[in-house]
Amino acid sequence: MNTDFYIKSYCRIKDNTVSLNDSVLFNDASKSFIDFIKSAYKNQNTKYPKFFKMDNLSKLAFLAADVLLKNENLKLENDNNIAIVFSNRASSLDTDRKHQESIQNKESYYPSPAVFVYTLPNICIGEISIKYKLYSENSFFIFDNFNASHLLTYSNSLLSSNKAHEVLCGWVEFDGENNYEAFLYLVSKTGTIKHTEQNIITLYNT
Amino acid sequence: MTDIYVSHNNTLSSLGFTSESVVKNIHNEVSGLQYIDDQSILPEPFYTSLIPTEKLNQEFNHLNPQKTYTRLEKMMITSLSKVIASSNVDLNNRVGLIISTTKGNIDALDNNNPFPEERAYLSELGKQIKDFFNFKNDAIVVSNACVSGILAVAIAKRYIEQGVYDHVFIASGDVITEFILSGFNSFQALSNAPCRPYDAHRTGINIGEVSASVLVTKESKNLPDETVRIIGEGSCNDANHISGPSRTGEGLYRSIQSAFSQTTISVNNIDFISAHGTATLFNDEMEALAFNRMALGQVPLNSLKGYFGHSLGASGLVETIVGMHSLKNNTLYKSLGFESLGVTKPINIIKQTTEKTLQTFLKTASGFGGCNTAVIFQKIY
Repeated sequence: MNTDFYIKSYCRIKDNTVSLNDSVLFNDASKSFIDFIKSAYKNQNTKYPKFFKMDNLSKLAFLAADVLLKNENLKLENDNNIAIVFSNRASSLDTDRKHQESIQNKESYYPSPAVFVYTLPNICIGEISIKYKLYSENSFFIFDNFNASHLLTYSNSLLSSNKAHEVLCGWVEFDGENNYEAFLYLVSKTGTIKHTEQNIITLYNT
Repeated sequence: MTDIYVSHNNTLSSLGFTSESVVKNIHNEVSGLQYIDDQSILPEPFYTSLIPTEKLNQEFNHLNPQKTYTRLEKMMITSLSKVIASSNVDLNNRVGLIISTTKGNIDALDNNNPFPEERAYLSELGKQIKDFFNFKNDAIVVSNACVSGILAVAIAKRYIEQGVYDHVFIASGDVITEFILSGFNSFQALSNAPCRPYDAHRTGINIGEVSASVLVTKESKNLPDETVRIIGEGSCNDANHISGPSRTGEGLYRSIQSAFSQTTISVNNIDFISAHGTATLFNDEMEALAFNRMALGQVPLNSLKGYFGHSLGASGLVETIVGMHSLKNNTLYKSLGFESLGVTKPINIIKQTTEKTLQTFLKTASGFGGCNTAVIFQKIY
């Protein structure tokens, strides 16, 4: 069942390194995530000023998606029916902690809509949808660990019911400076790597 | 294709601890919204609906908990326990669990909260619910802003269609916290009066507290009278703005189209729409545009936010449950708080609770991140 789908390409951002299909695109020795993701953004020639307003999770997810989708040479005037199915462990907790800090003390009470809007994990999906004009299916799941089996089931469901032509899928986790990881892949009807649980796990672990 | 049903259900809210009692109050046009002036939660007074704590604790303690649980866990466990009991489904490895929430135990981040910060991880919430009932499968937590509750129904259907599960229980809820109120207030989205969806004088949202649970199943035996078949579902993004709804209703329009594409019915077969209707200026206007683009402008429509406010992760699910009872009772429920039309396209707001033969309804929701979901339900009895 559903063996006709393939993993067309995959991208990883982890340990100060950006890679596409396991060729390293960018690596640097930045001390902080903020410095690293900014240099990666410049290196990838992304040119999207909204990037600087995003929270850490959105910056991470956006850049990983951008690396994959840029590679697709999409025509934005066409309807590209690419669903987005993301997952992680920490939801939007990195930004949640910032919003909590802003309301913890009544003496220094400064809740801000620019922070609060990012206290939802699916905002990063919205950011990617806006950039690539994706009016498509989207969902954000929370799991304890990378869960290939659920991602496989859900992507297969969207593809086999024709809700989507392709699925941008994977794991985007940001839980503090030293705990970040994006692993995204594009599931399609064409490609060389079969879309199976084992193949997803193998790519994730390499 | 296999028929998939939304069947056994429970609603825990200020209007009652069973779906029937909640629907009875809605029938009688009783609102669960109350005025709160408490500067330790929010500098300004606000309206909300709250699950009565004493009754919650009483009902929860009947389940013999062996340790301490957060308020949200108590709400979800109490609600879900009723659905598991009435369904009589054995919790084996063919049974899934979906948790729908936007912020989960976010109050655990507060320095004054007795629970450790780790409890704020949503997977931890999933584990607490799973372990309480001894589900065999890990919880799937859906956190997709304000569409989570109705999206969870579509997701449950999709997992069953893929052959992963035969039955899926969905538990949903969010608690009223300073975290959420201060955030919506910073957007100036909160109303200081009971909310008035689609009305010319609407001034914003009330956030309310609800926990709703359902069983989604492909089993056609032992189903309650209000059971519905899910005949179409779709969820599309606006690709427009992360916090403002689309000015053209694009994502909602496409979601409804996507849901219809799975059915053989036409827009003329929709007996009513259970819409999102948060009572913000832009959301309600966007919905009116989308419904008109779909030629649904004449279809009777309500927003239930005037009864218990916007219950975030639970809203789409509790509104589905009320819609199911609406079909069973052949009754269109009044959209509370509405007097005169305050959107630029004509929509047919239900002004009076009215008896009418009903078969099919459309449920919609929209949320931050540009997400929208539409599901079409049909009654089976």
